[in-house]
Amino acid sequence: MVLRGLSFFYVGLLIILPILAISAEALKGGFPNLWTNITAPAALASLKLTFLTAFMMVILNVITGTATAWVLVRYEFPFKNLMNALIDLPFAIPTVVTGIMLVALYGPNSPVGGFMEKKGIDIIFARPGIIMALLYVSFPFVVRAVQPVLQEMDKDMEEAAKTLGARPFTIFRRIVLPTLLPAVLTGAALSFSRAIGEFGSIAIVSGNIPFKTQVASVYVYGELESYNPQGALGLSVVLLLCSLLILIFLNRLQVWSRKHAAA
Amino acid sequence: MGILVDHISKRFGDFVAVDDVGFTVEAGELVALLGPSGSGKSTILRIIAGLETPDRGEIFLTGRDVTSLSIQKRKVGFVFQHYALFKHMSVEKNIAFGLEIQKQNKDYVRDKVNELINLVKLKGYEKQYPDQLSGGQRQRVALARALATEPKVLLLDEPFGALDAKVRDNLAQWLREFHHKLNITSIFVTHDQNEAIEISDKIVVINRGRVEQFGDARSVYEHPDSKFVASFIGQVNVVDAVARDRELYIKDTAFRIENRTGEPLRDGDVVLLVRPEDVELTAESGKDAVPVEINRIHYRGSHYEIDCAVGGIELHVSENKNNFQRQQWRQHQRVFAGFKNYRVFEAEEGHHRIHEKLKELGYIE
Amino acid sequence: MQRHDEIPSAGAVKVVRKPNGLGKNLITAAVIGWFLVMILVPVIGIVKQAFGSGWKPFISSLLTSATGHSFILTLAITAAAVVLNTFFGVILALTLVNQRFPGKLLFEGLVDLPFAVSPVVAGFMFIILFGPKGWMGQWFEAGGVKIVYAVPGMLIATLFVTLPFVAREIIPVLREFGLEQQEAAYILGASRWRTFWRVTLPSIRWGLAYGVTLTIARAIGEFGAVLVVSGSIINKTQTATLHIHQEFTDFNYVGAFSAAIILALLSFVILTAMQRLNRRKGV
Repeated sequence: MVLRGLSFFYVGLLIILPILAISAEALKGGFPNLWTNITAPAALASLKLTFLTAFMMVILNVITGTATAWVLVRYEFPFKNLMNALIDLPFAIPTVVTGIMLVALYGPNSPVGGFMEKKGIDIIFARPGIIMALLYVSFPFVVRAVQPVLQEMDKDMEEAAKTLGARPFTIFRRIVLPTLLPAVLTGAALSFSRAIGEFGSIAIVSGNIPFKTQVASVYVYGELESYNPQGALGLSVVLLLCSLLILIFLNRLQVWSRKHAAA
Repeated sequence: MGILVDHISKRFGDFVAVDDVGFTVEAGELVALLGPSGSGKSTILRIIAGLETPDRGEIFLTGRDVTSLSIQKRKVGFVFQHYALFKHMSVEKNIAFGLEIQKQNKDYVRDKVNELINLVKLKGYEKQYPDQLSGGQRQRVALARALATEPKVLLLDEPFGALDAKVRDNLAQWLREFHHKLNITSIFVTHDQNEAIEISDKIVVINRGRVEQFGDARSVYEHPDSKFVASFIGQVNVVDAVARDRELYIKDTAFRIENRTGEPLRDGDVVLLVRPEDVELTAESGKDAVPVEINRIHYRGSHYEIDCAVGGIELHVSENKNNFQRQQWRQHQRVFAGFKNYRVFEAEEGHHRIHEKLKELGYIE
Repeated sequence: MQRHDEIPSAGAVKVVRKPNGLGKNLITAAVIGWFLVMILVPVIGIVKQAFGSGWKPFISSLLTSATGHSFILTLAITAAAVVLNTFFGVILALTLVNQRFPGKLLFEGLVDLPFAVSPVVAGFMFIILFGPKGWMGQWFEAGGVKIVYAVPGMLIATLFVTLPFVAREIIPVLREFGLEQQEAAYILGASRWRTFWRVTLPSIRWGLAYGVTLTIARAIGEFGAVLVVSGSIINKTQTATLHIHQEFTDFNYVGAFSAAIILALLSFVILTAMQRLNRRKGV
């Protein structure tokens, strides 16, 4: 079958082979070596920073993304369509441009950044900047995951809750949120996955200070630039494993939510 | 002290959904809001519940003016057409919801939920989720949930609309008995005349946002106030009679016919049901022929509809074109009506039995 | 019979009015505010900074050979990536929707993999695979063809990160509409090829166009993987994004910002296309 052959060839060459190659390379040196790589102080610090900032960003994104989806679906206001279209902007803008924009706006030379610097708060070349960059590039994920579910949602259940005496906030907490949960989790997982791997915007915005503002992806880049691919392998493998886990999680989530979709 | 709907009007944009509607429901009554799709009946129900606000008019529930009261405070029980069960909660959590909002203590909630589960005959299904239940079961959960908070008023929006015919019948019956037990003031919306006649105390017939007629099933059925009601309810002649010996005395008249249906009857009040096409008009008197006067004649293409009257009783007769042209009936002509084919029921059987039989016979859909 | 006969006339009837929700307005304002500050204002900020020193520096930084070369390279790689991934994307979609084979689910999951992989790790994978000492690289090396630290490697990296887009957009459309129409065509006697051209392809065209737009956006914006694989050699293996990075790290801010603006403008155009096509494709 020609079609099947071509498909296998393409996916094999571009996806399967590279994964196998890096896995083999990692295993070649043996486990102890890999472990040393991963637990090198700078590497470990970058991993911690990566997960910490990703986690904080996801929390923020879930809240703001859900609120944004809610407002877009349930309320009317001027320029709503325009705003809805612009939600996808982070998907269309190159990550380096995002980094540049944030530096322009919040860097030490900008009005906002300079002001904050005097107060002792650094945005660019510090953690807040990283979280902002991650938030920018992942913003659409939660919104776009939640929007269709909110749109399709039967208002019936909310009305029923009202007749049973529930106030708006209770309805949101006990009826709406549980229904939205799978979509929110999907958006959160996608954001998290994006965040741990994000490079372009962080490279510009973070200043790459080891132990302070260096994330895992930047660490890997650093090792490669220093012609130390061995050093890069450890974290690469960790990141890849995380990616795989998240993919599996997302897949399970989809299956689970489809099962409960009836009624 | 039941429900008073007073001069309610509502429009959506240019569309007038409800136009100066008013009626009452006495305490403990089960009233049907009957009308075709788009007649505004669901809107009226939702206004009573507070899910919509009327442009004009007032709603009184158990004597209180609730027009400006929020949905949450009205304390009505509402059953939605598609049940609106909380999909992510089990049956017992669904039922418990209203009680938890009221902050009742755990024991009370548990007992009340159990009581209701037994009432709606869903014992054993407490921990199941809505998507594991059949349509009829879901509807019962919806009912239990609505009743958990002991509302003074129960509103049902096409409760059986989404169910199969068979299930619908059973559930309708069950609702009627249920209502007898609880005696809670209730309104239910339906487009199905049989349902309305079968289980309600009174019917409010709604068309195009207005009340066409309001009364008990019998009067709506037998004395339709308007052409709409008559045609919507369907054409069956319902004739009061008294059974004695083997004869049926047409009530309020001196006429009698022999009971030829073959059904044994006790003496007493009965009801005689005959289809328009089963009434045969003759110029000469004959055995078992009742003298009638022709009031109106309607041309219907393939047949004629002839409205006659005997005493206070109206008879609708349907005669095919050829027959009519042979006979040449005229308005105000006195003729004789023979009942070719009819059914008799004891009046005590109650409305719902009558109409069960009517359906069986194919008199009505 | 009717109760309303006994009720006083319309003059005494109450008119009901509903108050505006305060909570609603607060939330809406908060969300709009957040959106403006987070998403829109940065775009405006960059315009300010690029023109900070005036028009002249802006124009002149754009006209350097490095800038020109990088943009042309971006365009070329993007074009090639679009062509290849559209072709193979359609093939992948057809295979996944029409055919049954063991491991199909896993295969389908693999197509999604590039979404989850960090760009630098992706670049790293290709260096291992196609580097001079790599599994496949050694053969190319022997033949005198450079893959990594050269344009071919950059293309391959871009192909990797943009692989899923077209396939993912087409698959649901095919699943929902395509199969029945295909079968109808076969029954009517059309050959596979003919069916594909005149039935299948037209039914997926809007999804396809949307996927292509996403591919373009991603290819233009790709940074990490290409940076690693290319070595970022000025005038040789720098794309537009790499060029911006170079300028920035050289403290040539005007150069960085002006190139960034061009790309941002391009993004807006792409975004508009995305929106229009999103609506057209329905599903």
